[in-house]
Amino acid sequence: MSYSKPKFKEKYGNFINGKFVEPLGGEYFENKSPIDNTLIAKYPRSQKEDVDNAVGAANKAKDAWGKTSVTERAALLNKVADIIEEHLEEFSLVETCDNGKPIRETLNADIPLAVDHWRYFAAVIRAEEGSATELDSNTLSLIIKEPLGVVAQIIPWNFPLLMLSWKLPPALAAGNCVVLKPAEQTPSTATLLMEKIADVFPPGVINIIHGFGPEAGKPLASHSKVDKVAFTGETTTGQLIMQYASKNLNPVSMELGGKSPNIFFNSVMDEDDAFLDKAIEGAVLFAFNQGEVCTCPSRLLVQEDIYDAFMEKVVARTKAIIQDNPYDVNTMVGAQASNDQFEKILSYIKIGKEEGAKVLTGGKACKLDGEFGNGYYIEPTILEGHNKMRVFQEEIFGPVLAVTKFKDEAEAIEIANDTLYGLGAGVWTRDAHQLYQIPRAIQAGRVWVNCYHAYPAHAPFGGYKKSGFGRENHLMMMNHYRQTKNMLISYDKNKLGFF
Amino acid sequence: MKYQRVAITKEAVEILKKLKTKFGELIFHQSGGCCDGSAPMVFEKGDMYLDDSDILLGQLEGVNYYMNQDQFDYWKHTHLTVDITEGRGSSFSLEIPMGVRFIIHSRLLTKEESEVLNKK
Repeated sequence: MSYSKPKFKEKYGNFINGKFVEPLGGEYFENKSPIDNTLIAKYPRSQKEDVDNAVGAANKAKDAWGKTSVTERAALLNKVADIIEEHLEEFSLVETCDNGKPIRETLNADIPLAVDHWRYFAAVIRAEEGSATELDSNTLSLIIKEPLGVVAQIIPWNFPLLMLSWKLPPALAAGNCVVLKPAEQTPSTATLLMEKIADVFPPGVINIIHGFGPEAGKPLASHSKVDKVAFTGETTTGQLIMQYASKNLNPVSMELGGKSPNIFFNSVMDEDDAFLDKAIEGAVLFAFNQGEVCTCPSRLLVQEDIYDAFMEKVVARTKAIIQDNPYDVNTMVGAQASNDQFEKILSYIKIGKEEGAKVLTGGKACKLDGEFGNGYYIEPTILEGHNKMRVFQEEIFGPVLAVTKFKDEAEAIEIANDTLYGLGAGVWTRDAHQLYQIPRAIQAGRVWVNCYHAYPAHAPFGGYKKSGFGRENHLMMMNHYRQTKNMLISYDKNKLGFF
Repeated sequence: MKYQRVAITKEAVEILKKLKTKFGELIFHQSGGCCDGSAPMVFEKGDMYLDDSDILLGQLEGVNYYMNQDQFDYWKHTHLTVDITEGRGSSFSLEIPMGVRFIIHSRLLTKEESEVLNKK
């Protein structure tokens, strides 16, 4: 079964104060589909003044919104979930068109997961409580959580609606108003969502601003009327956003990518069974979403005594990947999100080869026929080398796997931790001791054990080291969007006696 | 200096010149990590806080090129050429509104280059 490119309007606006509005400067940029390089629509090229308006609207709305009951807020979050779910196919199609990822992923992963994150935070705020502690017989400490006010959120292009749904629900559930800037490569599903939910929230509670990083992103991240900035992206922008936040003494949360190790111990090959089949798929998950995942398992570490036999299976499974029309439900790998990403990935494959890495499969662009000939496709690629090579150390953000071998547990841990980053890791083994001890030794915020690339709500996600800080997808994210109010109450009628 | 760690293509110089006219003094900083990372970013001089942990790799058309020390440890055996390509990177890099994006082409340093540039 195959879909085709969805219909769009000629141009779209920013969503500010409950309405779609034109950018004040009247300028737009063209957003193209990486699938075939054709125009999708024009989106606002917002400037500082547009950001000011959005932040102003959010500030006007924050007092009333912050006082709504959790019952009310939860009901609205659930309503959004229902609306996305009702239009699952439409959101999937628009996402595939905008990002280039295959429709089987948007239908089965991106959009259903997005729905669940809204429901999770709707549920969390109904169950959660503050605390009351009697510090002594006359003194009571009450802890009450209060919203921060206005939150700025800057999200990436690799899972546009899903990243929006990781960010917006906890901030709204906590009682904040939000100004969110989608990545300029993928403004479409955020816009579609605002069309569908325009009347759900009071005006100003959610505001969406489109445009370029230096023109719209920077004024938003550095805005003095914003109370917190949440960012997913790369390290240099992360540092800049922290700098700007320091001027306002604002809290920030950062998710900045990784170079995640996926470790396979020899016991995975003890049997030729369903688990081995799952393990091989686990190694090939580097190609999931064209490798455009911050936790892409892009470093494969295989124990040396099973290396040849294991890699034979991994290469065979990789070669069986169907890379074709992303609108076809059978397609497994689609287009990279943009030309500059495409060029960057090819340049990494080139330096990998120069550094002496051996190409086990792929290693070049994939030329598709017909209208897809203008899209940005790269063959799933496996490079064999060692951990000091740049292809083992830098996030390529493409379907490129760097594989090396290790001899024992100590070496596996050493290689796994020899990276600047610490976002994700995978450990695969049938040994009960390794199942616990290896994940504990790896410096990463998420270690998948005998699985990979699962992102359920209710499992905290975030980085160690240069991968950032903050834990999304979990109740604990709420505290990144709240103040703690402590009321310290005395029931003692007697004075202190000092004065 | 006889050998350099960084170079820039003619096409990239043209873009850099336009940015200098518009914004004044600039710097390059090599980003790492997710999404638009692993790419050079260009900012107004003074916008990004730099200190001893940022290694100066060289100067391109009067624009300093920096990389964080930690990252440099893995890159120091390679030579970088800054080029420009059509594209739409996000991030705060100043060329993005022009519909182009700076990218890096890398090659290994030759033995002679490495002896000079990486001597202790």
